[in-house]
Amino acid sequence: MKTLLDCQRGEKVKVAKLNAAYDLKQRLISFGIMKDAVVEVLEHAPRKKTIEVKVGKMKLALRSQEAAQIEVKDI
Amino acid sequence: MQSINIKACPVIAKHIKVALVGQPNVGKSMLINSVSNAHLHVGNFSGVTVDKTEVLFDYKDYNFTVVDLPGTYAFTDYTIEERVTHDYLCAEEYDIIINVVDSTNLEKNLQLTSELLTMSKKLVIALNMSDEAEKEGIEIDAEYMSELLNIPCVKVSAATKMGIEDLIDAVIQKYESDKNEPKLIFSEAVEEEISTIVEYLQKHKYEARNSYRNIAINLLKENKKTYAKLHDNPIWTELQPILIEASKHIELHHDTDDIKEAFAEEYAAFNRGIVAEVVKQTKNIESKTLTEKIDSILIHPIFGIPIFLFFMWGLFQLTFTLGNIPMEWIDGFFGWLGSAVAPTIGNDDIRSLVVDGIIGGVGAVVLFTPNIIILFIGIALLETTGYMSRVAFLLDGFFHKFGLHGQSFIPLVTGFGCSIPAYMSARILKNDRDRLLTLFIIGFMSCGARLPVYVLFTGAFFAQSMAGNILFGIYISGALLGLVFAKILKLTAFKGVDEPFVMEMPKYRLPSVKLIWHTVLTQTIMYLKKAGTFIAGAAMLIWFLSNYPHNLDLDKEYSVKIEKAVDANEKAMFENKLAEEQLGQSYLGRIGKLTEPLFAPLGFDWKMNVALQAGLAAKEVVVSTLGVLYSMGGDVDETSKSLADNIRQNIPFASAVAFIVVIMIYLPCLAATTVFAKEAGSWKYAVYLFFFTSVVAYVLAFIAYRVTLLIT
Repeated sequence: MKTLLDCQRGEKVKVAKLNAAYDLKQRLISFGIMKDAVVEVLEHAPRKKTIEVKVGKMKLALRSQEAAQIEVKDI
Repeated sequence: MQSINIKACPVIAKHIKVALVGQPNVGKSMLINSVSNAHLHVGNFSGVTVDKTEVLFDYKDYNFTVVDLPGTYAFTDYTIEERVTHDYLCAEEYDIIINVVDSTNLEKNLQLTSELLTMSKKLVIALNMSDEAEKEGIEIDAEYMSELLNIPCVKVSAATKMGIEDLIDAVIQKYESDKNEPKLIFSEAVEEEISTIVEYLQKHKYEARNSYRNIAINLLKENKKTYAKLHDNPIWTELQPILIEASKHIELHHDTDDIKEAFAEEYAAFNRGIVAEVVKQTKNIESKTLTEKIDSILIHPIFGIPIFLFFMWGLFQLTFTLGNIPMEWIDGFFGWLGSAVAPTIGNDDIRSLVVDGIIGGVGAVVLFTPNIIILFIGIALLETTGYMSRVAFLLDGFFHKFGLHGQSFIPLVTGFGCSIPAYMSARILKNDRDRLLTLFIIGFMSCGARLPVYVLFTGAFFAQSMAGNILFGIYISGALLGLVFAKILKLTAFKGVDEPFVMEMPKYRLPSVKLIWHTVLTQTIMYLKKAGTFIAGAAMLIWFLSNYPHNLDLDKEYSVKIEKAVDANEKAMFENKLAEEQLGQSYLGRIGKLTEPLFAPLGFDWKMNVALQAGLAAKEVVVSTLGVLYSMGGDVDETSKSLADNIRQNIPFASAVAFIVVIMIYLPCLAATTVFAKEAGSWKYAVYLFFFTSVVAYVLAFIAYRVTLLIT
């Protein structure tokens, strides 16, 4: 199972499933991270603690723990 | 409508109350400033941490009230902003909603719009940032969009003021016309269930203000308010099984067990359809936008943090060097005011109250205004350019180790200047628990008002060459203690799951001078008003406690001695002695002596107790209280050489160390504590803070005292 955390910088993937608890799930959805959304990984913070992704035209910062709960598939 | 030409007459004019809603960073504040060019009144609602702003203006024959609601991504009630906005939209009275959307990112913005569509309110969409969209080659067919959604959509630009009048005209037109239902079409599976519920409601002739369709949608979305309304109705028993069946069907269709997720996907699909119809991308998007180019430097894995530290260093340099210039003028002004006012008051007591109490106390607060303005400008710049999110991104990893959030950084840094703006800037933390934890830690960052105390004591006990290092050590150890206690609090009082860190990284924007001016001005006035009125009260109280009861016998006794004094030196000595004795038997002195046993384990005498307790009102008071108590008269500052000598002679080194530890940790000042209570949401937390800081200060001061005794 591949998650958003496993993606390299510059990689573009599609969201397959959100394995997050209710609150985080709602939060992700309100930012447009939901099934079939295309997500691009832009930057990693030092030691990959935080990652920056692009959803549509918006850029988002996610902690590694959160990124690991987003299941993705290659396009 | 009457066509008599009386413009803006309050009797004839119609009032339109507009709720301004949109996602964060869509330029709502800027839009409200462009609309109400000659705005008459900006008021802040009290009682909520995040402010709604109300702006009034007249246009044609109408009287507008625009309520600027905090930006929200969706109605999940996750953050304070979301709750404030959602509650306002559901419960308050207003005529029409303006939904501000960012034209350059329409699809994401429509996600909130689709939630607004089922609220059954009149709605106008403002397609903001049209100029920017044009530059990026995004063409939106506003007319076609209005037709598709059955809602007026107007292209505007708050920055260039384009289309502002069209927008207000559209609002008026919508206000005067009848309500019509917006078009929001779902997938077949959902539409099927909606019509089943609508049929059921029609059959039972359920009475409601909202349309049956909207009620059905809200029921399916598990909207709590709609549920509550129907729950008490007899039709509920029959409706419930239908609803359960419908939810199951929809969830199955979306392959999820979460109906909200299913609806989010429905909305997203609808919005994708709208965007595909009305948006044309004429220019090819550059492979790397300007924001991405800047980001590759500013959030660089290696250079990112040093660049940020350089910016912070620059801000602090400015705060202290630039801020010092007007500080001298302000200091001079209050000194002049005091000496100018003094001769006009005949009564000794009232003169002392006005000059020493009120002018002195308020002056001490106003003195810090320049630093605070510079700090506010710096923070406003960080916020409006979009750099703040990058800092949070860079620092979240480090802060997370101590249980803090990346965004805790800004309030903590601000805390070195003054705790009041620091408490206020903790608002950027969206999550209640993260914000509370940060609020509790801010006090560990030594504020500017504690500096005089540190300077006085380090100067008294250390050589000039060492004093600077000791001072730096005090600041650093305070900050480190703060991080340690953040971790401890996180493991105990604020235990719980780590809050997710999901944050938008907005596009970089050049800050608008008008917006920054507006923000800084409002905040500064608030600081002056709240802290000022409060400090005036506290200063009067301290003045009263230290002046009453006044022992006339002592006056008589000493006036004889002073008259007999041989030279000016002896005379001054007697005057100081009188002041000391008067203070010793004043209420403040009595409190100091009463609490002596409590502080004895820390090696404090009653004078130090009084200084510490006076310091609860404001740290500025500590030095002047020590000055009075050690018989130097009230007019002293940290540079007066002989006060330092006096302290060295009267206070043992170990007690002095314990004293500094207490100053470092206990409550910053009463004004800050009031702000803390307001920002934390309850006075209960201020009580917790008082006990937390007092206990920590006491225990650490005790340890410091014992250890110093051992090693010296």
